[in-house]
Amino acid sequence: MSIEVSDLCKTYGNQKAIDGISFKALPGSVLGFLGPNGAGKSTTMKILTCFIPQTSGTAHICGFDARTDSMEVRRHIGYLPEHNPLYLDMYVKEALAFIGAIQKIDQTEKRINDVIERCGLGDQQNKKLGALSKGYRQRVGLAQAIFADPKVLILDEPTSGLDPNQVIAIRALIKDLSKTKTVVLSTHIMQEVDAICENVIIINKGKIVADDTLTGLRSKHNNQSLENIFIELTGSHVHQAQII
Amino acid sequence: MISILFKEISGFFTSWVAYLIMAAFMLFTGLFLWVFPDSSILDYGYAGLDSFFNIAPYLFIFLVPAITMRAIAEEKKDGTFELLATRPLSDWDILFGKFLACLGIVLLTLLPTLIYYFSIYQLGITRGNIDTGAVIGSYIGLVLLGSAFTSIGLFTSSLSNNQIIAFTVAVFLCFFSFSGFDSISSIISLQGIASFLTELGINEHYQSVSRGVLDTRDLIYFLSFTALFLFLSKTILGARKW
Repeated sequence: MSIEVSDLCKTYGNQKAIDGISFKALPGSVLGFLGPNGAGKSTTMKILTCFIPQTSGTAHICGFDARTDSMEVRRHIGYLPEHNPLYLDMYVKEALAFIGAIQKIDQTEKRINDVIERCGLGDQQNKKLGALSKGYRQRVGLAQAIFADPKVLILDEPTSGLDPNQVIAIRALIKDLSKTKTVVLSTHIMQEVDAICENVIIINKGKIVADDTLTGLRSKHNNQSLENIFIELTGSHVHQAQII
Repeated sequence: MISILFKEISGFFTSWVAYLIMAAFMLFTGLFLWVFPDSSILDYGYAGLDSFFNIAPYLFIFLVPAITMRAIAEEKKDGTFELLATRPLSDWDILFGKFLACLGIVLLTLLPTLIYYFSIYQLGITRGNIDTGAVIGSYIGLVLLGSAFTSIGLFTSSLSNNQIIAFTVAVFLCFFSFSGFDSISSIISLQGIASFLTELGINEHYQSVSRGVLDTRDLIYFLSFTALFLFLSKTILGARKW
């Protein structure tokens, strides 16, 4: 089991950001993490990547506890944070070499070339990150995330703000990566889930409201479109009815 | 830690911050030392670097915070701190890497001023008539002062996402810890504890090291001062985990 989360809670002050969520993720699959804004998707990812600790509950990644064994966990994950923060004054190769130095990777030069090719950065490799378009920046973010060849990839809205061509390219890359890794990605885009996810978790107000395979989820809801299922489960259909 | 150190150093040079700081420091010290009549060596007539070592701390009060202000504030603002903190690096790795890089820039800023020593060495009426011991002591004092100011700067940089705030607060804290305690100790009603108050300030210890006497008390003072602010910065960085 690559990711095992049980009864995870996080409270900020009085506000419960996530409230007792439990799920598992297996290698070789893409887990889609869905939910309205503020549902707790990013918070969950930040806990899994050891950026912030949970209030209660446990999260294990590759058998290591995210709280007590965080250095090991961080060696096993690749993380693309929301909004894809990058050092914009670095060059593509420089940014990757920096990650290599942090992760203490041997043969960094060779790995840089591999990753650049894999992420389709070949013709942009001598540019500064600040000079790249949004789609290429996203690829650099992904390249950084996969650089240390982690077993688990955690991607927070990897395709937000990209044009349709770039979206398709990034999705293909993620799909390709998922053959050997566990991928967890969060998104608002239902077609994306349709396109690349095997399993789906829908989370609303910090609680899991659905945890199923994509086909299983559909058949439970009379083969409705994913959009309708999402609206039904996350409760915004009330507002919609009022608007109509 | 080493990887952070190199990244920071190269960042200083690609963003021109390092060159700017070094040029400003050289310009101001050069003007005070050779041009302005009130403090110029040529008018003053003594072959000594006293006026340089008197003015340098006040320049550091402004220049060191300028070096350190972006260190953590920018990472937090751009979200790149999340990139670092989710890699196999401890908060101490990140902090020490940044501290050493900033201190490295401070040392690089001091390095060209050795030319002043050389000039005065050559210009003395009997050549070499300069108190070398005091100069070495003063340089050590400046390095220790630089490390104390750097730790203050890192602390304020970790407090805020805004570089301007980090800079302003750091300048105030540096100024206060350098000469604020001396000023407070001159308040009449505090005469009883005046010597204790001046001991708290950096100036007292800086002057003592500058005389060329390396007292372990001064050394311990500077090291613990630096450690205190590094520890405070670590605490602020760790606050996301509360």
